[in-house]
Amino acid sequence: MDWVLPLLLMLIKSVVLIVALLIYIAYVLYADRKIWAAVQLRRGPNVVGPWGLFQSFADMLKFVFKEPVIPDGANKGVFLLAPFVMGLLSLAAWAVIPIDAGWAIANINVGILYIFAISSLSVYGIIMGGWASNSKYPFLSALRSAAQMVSYEVSIGFVMITVLLCVGSLNLSDIVKAQDTRLGLFGWYWLPLFPMFVIFFISALAETNRPPFDLVEAESELVAGFMVEYSSTPYMLFMLAEYVAIITMCAMTTILFLGGWLSPIPFAPFTWVPGAIWFILKVSAVFFMFAMAKAIVPRYRYDQLMRLGWKVFLPISIFMVVAVAGVLQLTGWGGVMAQ
Amino acid sequence: MTVATFFFYLFSAVMIASAFLVITARNPVHSVLFLILAFVNAAGLFVLLGAEFLAMILIVVYVGAVAVLFLFVVMMLDVDFAELKQGFLQYLPIGATIGGIVLVELAFVLGSWTLGTVETAHVPTPTPHGLSNTAALGNVLYTQYFYPFEAAGLVLLTAMIGAIVLTLQHKVGVKRQSIAAQNARSGKETVELKKVPSRAGL
Repeated sequence: MDWVLPLLLMLIKSVVLIVALLIYIAYVLYADRKIWAAVQLRRGPNVVGPWGLFQSFADMLKFVFKEPVIPDGANKGVFLLAPFVMGLLSLAAWAVIPIDAGWAIANINVGILYIFAISSLSVYGIIMGGWASNSKYPFLSALRSAAQMVSYEVSIGFVMITVLLCVGSLNLSDIVKAQDTRLGLFGWYWLPLFPMFVIFFISALAETNRPPFDLVEAESELVAGFMVEYSSTPYMLFMLAEYVAIITMCAMTTILFLGGWLSPIPFAPFTWVPGAIWFILKVSAVFFMFAMAKAIVPRYRYDQLMRLGWKVFLPISIFMVVAVAGVLQLTGWGGVMAQ
Repeated sequence: MTVATFFFYLFSAVMIASAFLVITARNPVHSVLFLILAFVNAAGLFVLLGAEFLAMILIVVYVGAVAVLFLFVVMMLDVDFAELKQGFLQYLPIGATIGGIVLVELAFVLGSWTLGTVETAHVPTPTPHGLSNTAALGNVLYTQYFYPFEAAGLVLLTAMIGAIVLTLQHKVGVKRQSIAAQNARSGKETVELKKVPSRAGL
């Protein structure tokens, strides 16, 4: 019975992580709306609680206590399964993300592939939801979204490969450790791999269906995308999954390019700050960029989106993989963790 | 029973059940969804075998890309499955004969197959100790099996180019956006500022 204790410990860790993550998501949602409002010279949510701080919780209660409406023509099983698949997958990605040195629930060797696999699975939630609604707007939106996510996964994959070439390991903790140099913030991969950093950020916007690439729920064309027929708790699960996926992409940007839990200034007073705080600060900073992109960039047209993915990002990222591999081979800098 | 055994039986049972449901489900979309479930469970079995790289690649490639296309096609095609199943009884004898022959062959092959000392000695490349799954695979793939690997890559590239050539059509008379031409325009030639006199207009 020696496996009971580790199992129990892992369960407790997972519950703590999920609760912390959900509270963080509640405030990310609030921040998203506040930043958007500030750009448009509005106040944003300011009624529930001081400065509207409890708005997300009020929204959650509202969703949970409303009646879930299931359309008559819907394929009931798949219709209800879709939001659960989305919610489950988006939370599952957090099992491998290291918040601080050794703080990952599962420190697996193929961590980055796991994240990639999970994010490629999340397209099913959207397709299932869109198809099972048995209505034309959700279906059109599901097709759009699937094509969009599959397209941008390709360039995300190539960006990850360039980082992996530098690191020489697929373990997320190793990727952070490889960026731990005496240069601090200038030793992180955003500087040497700057074009990939930009491509990753934009692809992350597209992969999570954030504006300016939110063609999935382009309200002027598709009402509300694949979620049109959803209400109450299933809708909330979709919404939650979307924001968890966004934060996952922010965390991935932080780990791959911004040095994860490392302090930006590598000497005494700054290295005393716990790594988890740096990690949360960095994730929040990346999310601020996401929110600003939502507020200030107009929505892309669908053919422009596809052009950007296949004709601009894909050639650049393939070229960069070859170039980075060549430079690393000639200089012998690559594969820090493999040596 | 250890945890690994428990998960082995769990994944295997779910996989066999979902594989069975792939062929029995009435709705073709449900069939594809069960196929995906079978793939995911196969990935779980790979993880139990210690082949975590293969497991993740299975999910990324088969579930994340191939099955999405399956699902697309099945959702878009309006297949009348009642019509397809009408001739089922008519073809049952032939199908049953072929199925029976394959089953007997499998039974013969698997029944006489044992893992002897010669076979274990000829396992092509054992996983080296102290090396991660991914690194071990890469070491073999890019040295010992370099030519077959590149040949497979070339075959896939040819198939990809073939698919593009078959479907690419240049329609005439369609309005297209020329991004380069748009970017080449300067503000001076496109925007003109004019003072509009009050009550007179232009």
